Amino acid sequence: MVAGLAAPALIGAGGLSQPSADSRSRSTRRRQWVLVIDLRKCEGCVTTGKPPQCVEACNVEHFVPRGQEWIRVLEMKDLTGHTYFLPRPCMQCENAPCVRVCPVGASYHNEEGVVLIDHRRCIGCRLCMAACPYGARVFNWGQPENPPGALFADYRPEYPVPHLKGTVEKCMLCAHRTQNGKLPACAQACPMFAIYLGDLTEDVATNGKEVVQLSTFLAENHAFRLREELGTRPRVWYVPGHGQEYGRDVRDTRTPKKPRSWQELGATLENPHGGHQ
Amino acid sequence: MSPTEHERLKALVFQPVIRSTPVYYLWLAFLLVVFGAGVLAYLNQLNRGLVVTGMRDAVVWGLYISNFVFFSGLSMAGTFISAILRITGAGWRRPLTRLAELSTVAALLMTALMPVVDMGRPDRILNLVRFGRLESPLLWDLMVIPTYLVASALYLYLFLIPDVAVLRDELKGRVSGLRRRLYSLLALGWRGLSEQRQSLEWAGTVMMLVVIPIGVATHSVVSWIFGMTFRVGWNSTIFAPYFVVGALYSGTALLITLMFIIRRLYHLEDYLTEQHFRYLGYLMAAFGMVYFYFTFAEYLTTGYKLGGEEKDLLEEVFFGRYSRLVWPGFLAGQVLPVLLAVHPRTRTIPVLFGASLLVNVGMWLKRFIIVVPSLAAPLLPAYGWGIYIPTLTEVAVTVGSFAGFALVITIFAKLFPIVSLWETEPERELMVETGGPSLMGGQDD
Repeated sequence: MVAGLAAPALIGAGGLSQPSADSRSRSTRRRQWVLVIDLRKCEGCVTTGKPPQCVEACNVEHFVPRGQEWIRVLEMKDLTGHTYFLPRPCMQCENAPCVRVCPVGASYHNEEGVVLIDHRRCIGCRLCMAACPYGARVFNWGQPENPPGALFADYRPEYPVPHLKGTVEKCMLCAHRTQNGKLPACAQACPMFAIYLGDLTEDVATNGKEVVQLSTFLAENHAFRLREELGTRPRVWYVPGHGQEYGRDVRDTRTPKKPRSWQELGATLENPHGGHQ
Repeated sequence: MSPTEHERLKALVFQPVIRSTPVYYLWLAFLLVVFGAGVLAYLNQLNRGLVVTGMRDAVVWGLYISNFVFFSGLSMAGTFISAILRITGAGWRRPLTRLAELSTVAALLMTALMPVVDMGRPDRILNLVRFGRLESPLLWDLMVIPTYLVASALYLYLFLIPDVAVLRDELKGRVSGLRRRLYSLLALGWRGLSEQRQSLEWAGTVMMLVVIPIGVATHSVVSWIFGMTFRVGWNSTIFAPYFVVGALYSGTALLITLMFIIRRLYHLEDYLTEQHFRYLGYLMAAFGMVYFYFTFAEYLTTGYKLGGEEKDLLEEVFFGRYSRLVWPGFLAGQVLPVLLAVHPRTRTIPVLFGASLLVNVGMWLKRFIIVVPSLAAPLLPAYGWGIYIPTLTEVAVTVGSFAGFALVITIFAKLFPIVSLWETEPERELMVETGGPSLMGGQDD
């Protein structure tokens, strides 16, 4: 199996706190990251009794400023009026409207196809926020709260800490984690294994539990992308569903709990996952 | 025009430059206070961040960007209208041109200010130069608006030279040495020689031809800030011409407003007659009707299909949250002024003044309706409508920017004649209209 060759590194590394030597040695390969979110497995964490774990993991991973959600669990209505849940990270569009309109090149694609923001260059004009058709971008309207010691952190667009006033923020597909062979925090934290990280160059994807051939998985499960008609070519795919794999009834009216901020979860720079894990 | 009449006109036009009344200083102080309040509000915003505004992640632009579009529209008043009237040889424009050109410069200064006020990181403004990307519509504005500002300032200055020379020659001993030196410097050694007149004529013609396309470009690139996105209501091919016509409408109305005020203050009743108001009123009505037509065409083609997000936007705008702004703005700003300007019973000076104010109130509302609802509209159904309520800071900065606009004109009026003396006197008029056809004026020459 072709996919099997690369997958163990991803799975193995995803569960470790340190990147494995194995994944490092492979990092010269230019990946082309995609996310696949299997909505059949996403029940908005309503059956777990917890707030959406992807959002909370994201909050502590990035010390996401209060009031922002880089990945947001949307409550969608299907055509029959029933609900399903759709986690919405940044779509990492190949034809990204935000990158196109940025006047200073602060929004850009890295070599792995991830849309990053250089917060040291952003002028805060918010043209990218007007241009993003997914509402994936958020803004530091005031001075965002940073964890103690963050001001001395080694800022890089792949790991934007500390957060800066007057700049635009968004999901950056955990570029700092994927570089080290780890799954994005949301995929890692999803108790239902609904989020797969895929690589277009190897045509493989994994949720940390199983490995699938990306193209086959997308084709066989009628995968779709959000607002496909706009031609933005998102790198985030969805498999339609309503959490049925975990027994969620489509008529279930329960809604997700409000995710807690990193402060509430007690995250610090030394112990990013706080008392939570 | 007889020599005595010349002296009378000169006295009228130059009097405010030589001597100022207490009312002038009171007005100046008032403007400074209001402008200062805006500056203070902005400093607070600078310190605490844009969190002091009502803008949030859904509605990312508000009053500031509305003002930006509005002021850019006002800037059309001048140069473009004045250039068009010059080029078509409309003689009745003569007492107006200076004022029109000045209001362009004043409006453009505020146009340029607004995006800076709106920036999250104004301290990084030079990044636009260091890292500027031509692909971004913002860069188009950055290139065009300063060009328009410089061209308009030059245009204003060129036709000011002969009048500055008069100030230089006649105000000896009556103004401070500093001001005399300023006049002498700005007059560029103007003696009214025929070569000088020829040079001025040539330069004026060139600037006239340059300024018109720059004006069109300005309003186009302002519209493309919005038009280059996928937002419902903005994603429209009509936006550039729509904004150009809106600016012409707004600009002509501003001209009528200013003309009324100047006429009163300077006692220019003999020079700015009801005919001037009527002609400008006709122009305003014509632009208003084209604007109405564009509005109609834009909403009909999206509204007819009653589909998807466009239906939701139109419902929200015309019957929902924004209807309280839209209908008064539409009726009072687009329908009523046009009717008032064309009806024989109402096209009088005071009524036209009122109509011109209505137009710009309506156009300001229209700008707000262009900017905000499209941002508030949900990008995905799950988001729901965004809410935007401007804060006191934004109101203070907005009011301050209007004071700033008036301040530029007020201070200019103290230094230079706001009515062009040499152009208002037909005998000394030497250029441009001699050969050209007259648009609709001419009989008052």
